[in-house]
Amino acid sequence: MKLLIIEDEPEMLENMSQTLEREHYIVETASDYKTALQKIAVYDYDCILLDITLPDGNGLELLKALKLSGKDDGVIIVSAKDSLDDRLEGLNLGADDYLPKPFHMAELHARVKAVLRRRHFEGNQYIHIGNVSVQPENRRVTVDNHEIVLNRKEYDILMYLITNKTRLVTKSALAEHVWGDHIDQSDSFDFIYSQIKNLRKKLEHATINIEAVYGVGYKLETD
Amino acid sequence: MKLLNHTSKYLAILLVPLISIWAFIFYYAMLDEIYDSLDDGLENQKILLLERLPTNPEILEHNDLDLWSHAITPISKKQYEQFEDRNSDTLMYMLNERDFEPVRVYETTLAYNDNYYKVKFITSMVEEDDLIQDLVVYLIVLYASLMIAIVILNNLMLKKIWKPFHSLMRQLPDFRIEKNHHIKTIDTNIEEFKLLNTSITTLIDQSRARYLEQQHFIENASHELQTPLAIIINKLELFLENTKLPADDIKTMASVLDNLGRLTRLNKSLLLLSKIENRQFVDEETIDFNSLTANIIGDFEDLASHKHIVLHLEEHSNLNFQMNKDLAVVLMTNLVKNAIIHGQRNNTVTIKIHEKSISISNFGVAEALNANLIFSRFKKISNDKKSTGLGLAIAKAISEKYGIGLEYRYSEEHIFKLTFF
Repeated sequence: MKLLIIEDEPEMLENMSQTLEREHYIVETASDYKTALQKIAVYDYDCILLDITLPDGNGLELLKALKLSGKDDGVIIVSAKDSLDDRLEGLNLGADDYLPKPFHMAELHARVKAVLRRRHFEGNQYIHIGNVSVQPENRRVTVDNHEIVLNRKEYDILMYLITNKTRLVTKSALAEHVWGDHIDQSDSFDFIYSQIKNLRKKLEHATINIEAVYGVGYKLETD
Repeated sequence: MKLLNHTSKYLAILLVPLISIWAFIFYYAMLDEIYDSLDDGLENQKILLLERLPTNPEILEHNDLDLWSHAITPISKKQYEQFEDRNSDTLMYMLNERDFEPVRVYETTLAYNDNYYKVKFITSMVEEDDLIQDLVVYLIVLYASLMIAIVILNNLMLKKIWKPFHSLMRQLPDFRIEKNHHIKTIDTNIEEFKLLNTSITTLIDQSRARYLEQQHFIENASHELQTPLAIIINKLELFLENTKLPADDIKTMASVLDNLGRLTRLNKSLLLLSKIENRQFVDEETIDFNSLTANIIGDFEDLASHKHIVLHLEEHSNLNFQMNKDLAVVLMTNLVKNAIIHGQRNNTVTIKIHEKSISISNFGVAEALNANLIFSRFKKISNDKKSTGLGLAIAKAISEKYGIGLEYRYSEEHIFKLTFF
């Protein structure tokens, strides 16, 4: 899988490429409009992470150029502006997703994987992990070919943890992903525990475990 | 009292002494003129008499003042030489009036064929009391007509002249700096009003510019904070991922991340608030508040059950309202979240949807909160560390943007009521 990160903030770029490289993606970077435009024109990427505010141009113009040249690289707009207009315009121009800064690394992985899945398998694909397999298109989960019924939140938690397997997922990252941005101000994220407990019960016979990490978050481990 | 009536009042008061003094002077000037003219007339009679004397010497026999309006009495030469002409006033019985009336008397001398005579001419004079009476009547009429004229003039002309002022005054009470109101000034060629117009226009423009600058400052500052926050959070997450840390260190890191999360939320809330105030949410659609509320309740179920709070939805009616969808979500979310966070354990949070209103009530501290402070920014009612202190301020800003009423009251429960007009 080949990714392109277009981001003018060097440290931001470094963080993103570091964490994505660990997932064995081929990561290329561009830190300005011109370089980005050249790379987009010459190469094909599976997913482009696109910062809107670049020193020498607007990221949305890059998106336009990309779509004009008939390419269908996946595009996730990454922006500090989190403005509704940008989001709408970006999505209308054919971006796959919009990720406002700041974000959790776990969220970045989830978004990238979702785009890659949609692009390459059009959803018709199983994710296997241990004896668990997930069919993202119809949100079906089976353990040893026995279907288990998960509610929306349990499924979202499981997918998020699978996407970020072996990575520590903090409670706040999980809460924001599953319960939405608006859950934030709650006095603690302990409320997610009951769903985790139910999920664990349903995954009794699975070879994957949801491990709590020192009250900080959770991690998916395979036996 | 209106300025218009105020000036009229002073003018009315001032006119009384002015007209009185004027009447006094006018009366004496008039009287003086009358005397002068009467005396001239009497002197003329003497000249006429002298002219007629050579042909009518019997005139010298006239000594009855009542009959001839002149009386001639012989005097000695010595008396003649010593006599000085004099004019004086006296009273005489007038038959027509059956009363003594003032008359003007002119006493003089004449010499005819070496005989000397004293001649007394009289003429009827104005009656001073009548004159004064007339004068007073006329002056009252003058005063009244002056006042009527002034009031009419004030009302017609001054009203027209003051039009630019009144137009400004009508607009200023409704002026709100946060709204993009324009004050319309009426063109005028009166120097003072021109000055007023330009002063107010400049004042408003400058204040508005400062206000916007401040608004955008908050927005820009929040924007600028996003990237460094993102870098810090991601670096820490990477560090946590890469490094095998002892449990205590992981907890420390988690606490740092938690606080960064709080900072991020605070920053996002500030950004949202200034965006609402900067009117950046333009798109509107009809929002079905029943299904919106049901969704939000779904999102908060886990949080509520974690606090052993039961969320109870009573739908008495359907409620649809035209507004921005994201803001509708934020509005309801913040109120529901607020009720759950401050709600009492093992109790209920009730959301009632009526035709024109939604009320969200929770049990909590057993006393009313300060309704004036509750919607202010950073006025934290609880000492809950994770609350940003902006949730209700944001709800208020959203409701104000759409003219939705948002009120707090306490009666056993803390009740927040949204009224849709």
